[in-house]
Amino acid sequence: MTRLVGRLLQRLLGRLPIGWLQLTHNRTRLAAALAGVAFANILIFVQLGFLGALIESIGLPYRMMNAEILVAASDANTLSDGSPLPRQRLYQTLAVPGVAAATAVYYNRLDWKQLDGTIRTLDVFGIDPSAQAFRSAEINAELDRLKLSDTALIDRKTRNVPKDLFPSIGAGRSYQFEANNRSITVVGTFEIGGGFSADGYLVVSDQTFLRLFKRRVPGAPNMIFVKVEPGVPVAAVVERLRVALPASDTTVRTVADAVASDQRFQTTQKPIGIVFGFGIVIGVLVGVIIVYQVLSSDVADHLREYATFKAIGYKRGFFLGIVFEEAMVLAMLGFIPGLVIALLLYQIIAATTGLPITMPGTRPLMVLLGTLAMCTLSGAIATRRLERADPADLF
Amino acid sequence: MQTAPSIARLRAQDEPPIVVSGLNHWFGEGDARKQALFDVDLVVASGQLVMLMGASGSGKTTLLTLIGCLREVQDGSVRLLGRELRGASADRLVESRRRLGFIFQAHNLHDSLTAHQNVRMGLDVHEGVPESRRDDAAAHVLALLGLGDRATYLPANLSGGQKQRVAIARALVGNPDVIFADEPTAALDKDSGYDVVALLKRLARARGTTILMVTHDNRILGLADRIVTLQDGRIVRDEKPATS
Ligand SMILES: Nc1ncnc2c1ncn2[C@@H]1O[C@H](COP(=O)(O)OP(=O)(O)OP(=O)(O)O)[C@@H](O)[C@H]1O
Ligand SMILES: [Mg+2]
Repeated sequence: MTRLVGRLLQRLLGRLPIGWLQLTHNRTRLAAALAGVAFANILIFVQLGFLGALIESIGLPYRMMNAEILVAASDANTLSDGSPLPRQRLYQTLAVPGVAAATAVYYNRLDWKQLDGTIRTLDVFGIDPSAQAFRSAEINAELDRLKLSDTALIDRKTRNVPKDLFPSIGAGRSYQFEANNRSITVVGTFEIGGGFSADGYLVVSDQTFLRLFKRRVPGAPNMIFVKVEPGVPVAAVVERLRVALPASDTTVRTVADAVASDQRFQTTQKPIGIVFGFGIVIGVLVGVIIVYQVLSSDVADHLREYATFKAIGYKRGFFLGIVFEEAMVLAMLGFIPGLVIALLLYQIIAATTGLPITMPGTRPLMVLLGTLAMCTLSGAIATRRLERADPADLF
Repeated sequence: MQTAPSIARLRAQDEPPIVVSGLNHWFGEGDARKQALFDVDLVVASGQLVMLMGASGSGKTTLLTLIGCLREVQDGSVRLLGRELRGASADRLVESRRRLGFIFQAHNLHDSLTAHQNVRMGLDVHEGVPESRRDDAAAHVLALLGLGDRATYLPANLSGGQKQRVAIARALVGNPDVIFADEPTAALDKDSGYDVVALLKRLARARGTTILMVTHDNRILGLADRIVTLQDGRIVRDEKPATS
């Protein structure tokens, strides 16, 4: 195996693969170095995975919206914050040419106490059951039953609830639970999937919503889902809505823009996003430091040999070549176990948290390139020690 | 009519490989500045084996490293293979070193490379040798030194004498014009020390290679064509060995 790689490298480099021979000569050091690179890779993969899951989970409810344009409060950064909109906004919206339909949507967060006393948080959407606010066929099929008071549809992917709960609801039986001193009857399910702040979603009618959240004022929703007439450019309708609705309390954006700005906000302004970004930085640092340690002590151990080669007539580029050869070998060989373990961890995380953590095809490539860059940087720092190899000191 | 480069080459061929004149050398700065060599003159003819002797600190190594392009010449003149080393750029010194062979007191073999690979390192510094011939050339020189069956050994698995012979093979494989050796037998017992130097001399003679060798080892003096003795940085004796 080592022989084969050695011969391959010799072909590739057009010289003896001295870096490879040095690395494989000291197996414990090689193992430590590869473990270090793999560890840094795993750290980075997991952080990227969480970051990706955060971004993905933010987008999930937006993707369900049966709308091209989202009208929301100007102080709202995400679906779950911001003031309610003034009453007139829905009617003003409906009056704008090019708007095919507009429906008011209420939003609030609900604590759902489990039998064991623990609490699940649900993001609750209150919708007008006579309109199709969401794209989900499952929701739209149950709109009539939502018109009955205190009925709800629940997200099947809600985290940490008894396993047999949702299949039994799907099979026609309903399920009741108490929340905010009301008894809610769950009559059906749909699928979104919880994110980092809530465990799942609940859809109710606006009437049920107002009974559930007594402080909320009728006619003052959190957002308005706007459908544009076919053939009318969405951007034009956005512009018209911006003119019609006061910017002091209302923002008008395409749903795509709203998702992007929500994702940007949560990944850069909220602690959770910053923590993941920071984790990536730590992973890179760990990798750079470990590889630097290994490469520089390897250079230090071979100063005499390098001085000998210098005396024989080898130039600086030759020694840089050895160090970078080692850096590349460490990057490549450390990356493979790093990727395999990261894939396993993704599966475990997805299974235990229900977060949409996946490995897009470009991520391993990015991380590999990053690892190569990281190792090259470490190698570049380590080569400064080469200057100490003075052939005049050999005699 | 002759062109300039060919005149230079002709002169280089006529000129002895080593011509040192008025060489002075100092170490240190300011008050600590100390002169190690005083007005040294030395001419070594092609193909000769010259041994440098003298007490510890007499300047043997300093002289060897100056002629061997490993140190910058400060004062005086060193002409090696027809080229003046004084004022030569670092790059030119490296180029010049490629025409030289070095044998150190310690073998300085690379412990991750086999005997054969170590020898190849002495060849790989030269361009223009086809890849297919490199392995053969290295194997050939190893065989000449009686190590044909040790080619795939790592230095850790070779005896002291075998390691020094690998180091000699590494110095010889590039067909150097001059070989510099500093106490090459110091790490060896007397018998193998003599054998190794005798072998080196025989191979060098066959190739017309000049050797400048620092030694304290009286047993090998008989192999020298000339013995130069240094004392406190000056050449005090220059003689033929007593033929034994
Ligand atoms: N790198 C150096 N820095 C300062 N002084 C040096 C250096 N190298 C040699 N010297 C001094 O120069 C003088 C000559 O040293 P050199 O090493 O040439 O002696 P040598 O004849 O080779 O001795 P030995 O037989 O012990 O190897 C000594 O006084 C030594 O202390
Ligand atoms: Mg010395």
